Amino acid sequence: MVSELPAKHESRSGRAEPRVTHTALFLAFLKMGLLGFGGVAPWVRQVIVEERRWMDDREFASLLGLSQVLPGANTTNTAVLLGDRFLGISGAAAAVFGLMAMPLAIAVALVELYGAVSDNPYVAAAIAGAGAGAAGLVIGTGLKIARNLKLSPRIILATLVTFVAVGILRLPLLWVLLCVIPLTVGAAWLDRNS
Amino acid sequence: MLFHLAILITLLSLLAFGGANAIVPELHRQVVDVMGAMSDADFTNLFALAQTAPGPNVLILPLVGWRLAGAAGLAVATAATVVPTSTLALLTGRILSRAGESRFLKALRAGLVPLAIGLILASGFVLARAADRDALSVAITVLGAFALVLSRINPIWLMAAAAAAGVAGRLMSP
Repeated sequence: MVSELPAKHESRSGRAEPRVTHTALFLAFLKMGLLGFGGVAPWVRQVIVEERRWMDDREFASLLGLSQVLPGANTTNTAVLLGDRFLGISGAAAAVFGLMAMPLAIAVALVELYGAVSDNPYVAAAIAGAGAGAAGLVIGTGLKIARNLKLSPRIILATLVTFVAVGILRLPLLWVLLCVIPLTVGAAWLDRNS
Repeated sequence: MLFHLAILITLLSLLAFGGANAIVPELHRQVVDVMGAMSDADFTNLFALAQTAPGPNVLILPLVGWRLAGAAGLAVATAATVVPTSTLALLTGRILSRAGESRFLKALRAGLVPLAIGLILASGFVLARAADRDALSVAITVLGAFALVLSRINPIWLMAAAAAAGVAGRLMSP
């Protein structure tokens, strides 16, 4: 079952499937979880696309899109989809376990230590600065994927509609997905036929 | 308590479209108002910590388990957060990859690309609106985004610079 996936993937992207081990998956997602202050998404792209070269930006964006459509954290969904694609269920488990291990340990430690550090104005200033930086990294990641993909005008329009609906108008995500998915899939369909 | 927690978190995680922010209001209602298991201030603190800690923001769910029932609560809440949604993702991924290469599926896969980019930009924008309270933090966000796009610098240095800039701003303010 699983073994036929790489063959399909190879024919689609036209290059050899990278060799991925359980340890590599675990360590890659451990790193993303550990570094993902203020949002894991920039690190997911950084590690998967730039450092490990497990997939290119187009495949990554498609996988990320599916992760965002599904309920739950999109990073755990990405871990599941990527792990399963390379190594089946055990690969998905290794990736999710790696992703959650450090954040859980750190979050529990923070809950217990909260009073001790939150009163320090310099700690608060560092966290506020890191939060502002993290927001910039998330925006930069979106722009970077968009730049690397050479999107058609229709796809750019679909991207902007999604951004405005969710980011500026703050419409409920479920309704936006139900309205926007036909639009983005329609734009992709027209691109293939034109 | 543990059983109730497992059911509550399983249901909430399966409704968490776009991550934990979608279900925080309902989690708050259940834990604070219905169960009376923690105070409003307690919940707000947990939420702030889940945002501060690295990792996905669904961390709020395991943290509620930890606060309500210690290590056992943490284990149950983590499993309830991760296992049902991961199973759904696994099945969806397999169905899609086994469904072959019809024109519709190619368009569906390509259609997820603008959705992914639009949503990641939207989430960055929402984070920026929350984080950017003064000129310094706006500058940090803008410079961070540009530096990531225009250079191949490792983001860890950008995060370190952002934290340092926050501390420097605090030191220079009267």
